[in-house]
Amino acid sequence: MTLITAAKNTWCPGCGNFAIEHALKDVLVSLAEEGRRAEDIVLVTGIGCHAKIADYLAVNSFYAIHGRTLPVASGIKLADPALTVVACAGDGDAYAEGLDHLVFAAKRNQDITAIIHDNRVYGLTTGQYTPTSYEGFRGRSTPGGIRERPINPVALMLASGATFVARTYTRKMDHLREVLKAAVLHRGFSFVDVLQVCATYNNLTDYYNDRVYLLEGHDTADLGGAMTRAREWDYSADAPIALGIFYEEEAPIDPWPAMGGAGPEERGRMIRDILRERT
Amino acid sequence: MNEISVLIGGRAGEGINIAGMLIVRILSARGLRAYMYYDYPSLIKGGHNFAVVRAAEEEVRCHREKIDLLLAMDQETVRRHIDWLKEGGSIIRDAGVVKGDGIAVDLDAIVTEEKAPPVTKNSAVIGAFSRACGVPWTTVEEVVRRAIPKEIEANLRVARRGYDLSREVLHLPATGRDPLPILSGNEAVALGLLDAGLEGYVSYPMTPSSSILHTLAGLAGRFGISVVHPENEIAVMLTALGAAYAGRRVAVGTSGGGFCLMTEGFSLAGMAEIPVLVVLGQRPGPSTGLPTYSAQGDLLFALSAGQGEFPRIVAAPGTPEEAWYWAGALLDLAWRFQTPTVLLTDKNLGEGIFSFGETEKRPALGPSLWKGEGEYRRYEIGTGGVSPLAFPGTAGATVKVNSYAHDEDGITTEDGAVVARMAEKLREKGVAAARVLEGYPCVATAGDPDAETALLCWGSTAGVCAEAAGRLGLRVVRPVVLSPFPEMRVKAALAGAGLIVAVEENITGQLARLVSVHGIRADVVVGKYDGRPFALEDLERRLQEATA
Ligand SMILES: Cc1ncc(C[n+]2csc(CCOP(=O)(O)OP(=O)(O)O)c2C)c(N)n1
Ligand code: SF4
Ligand SMILES: [Mg+2]
Repeated sequence: MTLITAAKNTWCPGCGNFAIEHALKDVLVSLAEEGRRAEDIVLVTGIGCHAKIADYLAVNSFYAIHGRTLPVASGIKLADPALTVVACAGDGDAYAEGLDHLVFAAKRNQDITAIIHDNRVYGLTTGQYTPTSYEGFRGRSTPGGIRERPINPVALMLASGATFVARTYTRKMDHLREVLKAAVLHRGFSFVDVLQVCATYNNLTDYYNDRVYLLEGHDTADLGGAMTRAREWDYSADAPIALGIFYEEEAPIDPWPAMGGAGPEERGRMIRDILRERT
Repeated sequence: MNEISVLIGGRAGEGINIAGMLIVRILSARGLRAYMYYDYPSLIKGGHNFAVVRAAEEEVRCHREKIDLLLAMDQETVRRHIDWLKEGGSIIRDAGVVKGDGIAVDLDAIVTEEKAPPVTKNSAVIGAFSRACGVPWTTVEEVVRRAIPKEIEANLRVARRGYDLSREVLHLPATGRDPLPILSGNEAVALGLLDAGLEGYVSYPMTPSSSILHTLAGLAGRFGISVVHPENEIAVMLTALGAAYAGRRVAVGTSGGGFCLMTEGFSLAGMAEIPVLVVLGQRPGPSTGLPTYSAQGDLLFALSAGQGEFPRIVAAPGTPEEAWYWAGALLDLAWRFQTPTVLLTDKNLGEGIFSFGETEKRPALGPSLWKGEGEYRRYEIGTGGVSPLAFPGTAGATVKVNSYAHDEDGITTEDGAVVARMAEKLREKGVAAARVLEGYPCVATAGDPDAETALLCWGSTAGVCAEAAGRLGLRVVRPVVLSPFPEMRVKAALAGAGLIVAVEENITGQLARLVSVHGIRADVVVGKYDGRPFALEDLERRLQEATA
């Protein structure tokens, strides 16, 4: 099973999106080997460099619009709970244009997975700051450097009630694969912030390599402890950067009644009854 | 007397709407056909509410300027509406709070004496009203038992007191006909959707569409559908598109402001070829406008919403029966042509209360589904631009939809030839949709088909236009489908007309502008833009002025 389409790949050399593409592909292949049908996997993407993954992976896909992966994913899951729904969004997508949906997806806890390709820049529109760009970041829309602090998406998701919150990094392929698989397998809303190298507009490879460490001996059931770890690095000031699963919890997953309906005869009978009640 | 008009008024929060509904049900139980217009401000308590009920032997779809009975729950009602009362008309008043003449019923005193809860107060007025119209007590009792959900016995005791205090002041015609169901336009939309196999409804509350959400949410368990209220209208539209992509027949409902937020997703539906029905209930704009009133100001918006060019089917029903029919038909058409459709209603239709007649049967029209042969290509170029549908989970199919320009497999492309071919594919669907619509009732007519003067109208003014035209000897031509515009049929219906008068509840004459593109010139526009529906006499006067 290759799961790679014939579409021409146009990511820049060295782009972290390749790592995410291959890690996700490996996860999907392993799921297929474990008995999940490839036809039951759906990939939803926003718009941005990251989103090209919809063209590159040979699975069902909904290449949506900027910022709107999560409501699409919600609708798909609601329509057919048997599907495995994975949303790949950019940081601009998920934290700027569509932040409302992210908070609500966490609150709602449908069984979907959100993978945020967090390169901390708008790649496709050629290098503007995003909500996770560090203070002082000089982008094309902010040549003087931004004078506002980034949001901390890990802390935000913990505060929003997400039941699986993790962070990983595109230069740690094994970790990336492992975390993505755990996220997809988690029952409920899974959030993964992937620190993704943008080779062209925000290459933080050295910065990350010097600071990342793996969470070990951390109690993933402890929300308070998770929050402390999450706040260790604020996406701006110099600090160690924890990678791994911050928090995981089992919680009810079906916020909405399932879609469906009665057959035409039964419908017709019920409607006639209603009309009779209304005379 | 072969018709009756009643106005009941009081403060917001006093249950004027429910009392009006009871009046409708009682008149309907007497075999009359009824209509109710409910006028209320956008607040929860205080402020003035009133309902005008008109009933007659034959179908009524509008109200008159003059009333036979004024039911006043407060002094304000008398002050505002005394001029509406016909010479010889009667007043029934809550004697505890309203001074003056008329049949006096002291609501608080009755409720206290009957040890009934305060919510039963209005029943005394309903009783008094019924007696005033010579409605037998058994009818009142029967309707109260069927229409009131709780405190039935207390309501009946209170109603009986009002009944006994009242006296007969007018006679209703006895038609001997069976009563028709009483529905709001929005309930007709909801039932029409259910009848057509709706599986999910996604909506964010906004007057005047909210009662569709409430009705369907109330019926969801019974029908096994999913009714969902997400974080905002952007999510509404995108959730619906996700669900439709996965194979579910879904609709969304909103008003102008919400539809503004949905337009990016609406255009996505056009590009990605995903079926979705938008119920767009108009209210006066711009912006928040008048939330609880009505307008026909969003026609051109609905016709052009969303960037780019893609086929869309827009229909504006004029009656609750048409609302039912087109709710289902637009769901069928969205699925057949894999494109968004809009049911354009307004507050007057959606929240108006009607005796509901027969609906037409929709032509059978199913989606074109993939047969499972060969390699699946979501955007395969096929007959009429309609590619066979498959849904994720289908064995052997990879279903890729895309908001970017794409090739037949759904992969992004910037190849000029492919982009052009795909644009033509969308156009082919529009052409095919127009052809299929030839089998639908796209243009309604009324009045004298040979009359020199034609009223050109659309949507909820159907009833008042038809009645005014009947009385003035005019013809009415009313396109129900507005996109693709049924040009030939509108032209045929207008053939020979010397004067075309567009009647619209807006200020700029949007239908008049639309038809001008199709070579039809409206000579005059009679507009109304105060949020209120035309009363029959009001429209007649305006038409006489316009045609003088
Ligand atoms: C509504 C809307 N606004 C703006 C754009 C332009 N746009 C395309 S991608 C993008 C930002 C992408 O940033 P991100 O989500 O971080 O993705 P990346 O390219 O970095 O992977 C923007 C602003 C758009 N497509 N739609
Ligand atoms: S601009 Fe950055 S994110 Fe986009 S493809 Fe190039 S390296 Fe990757
Ligand atoms: Mg980005």
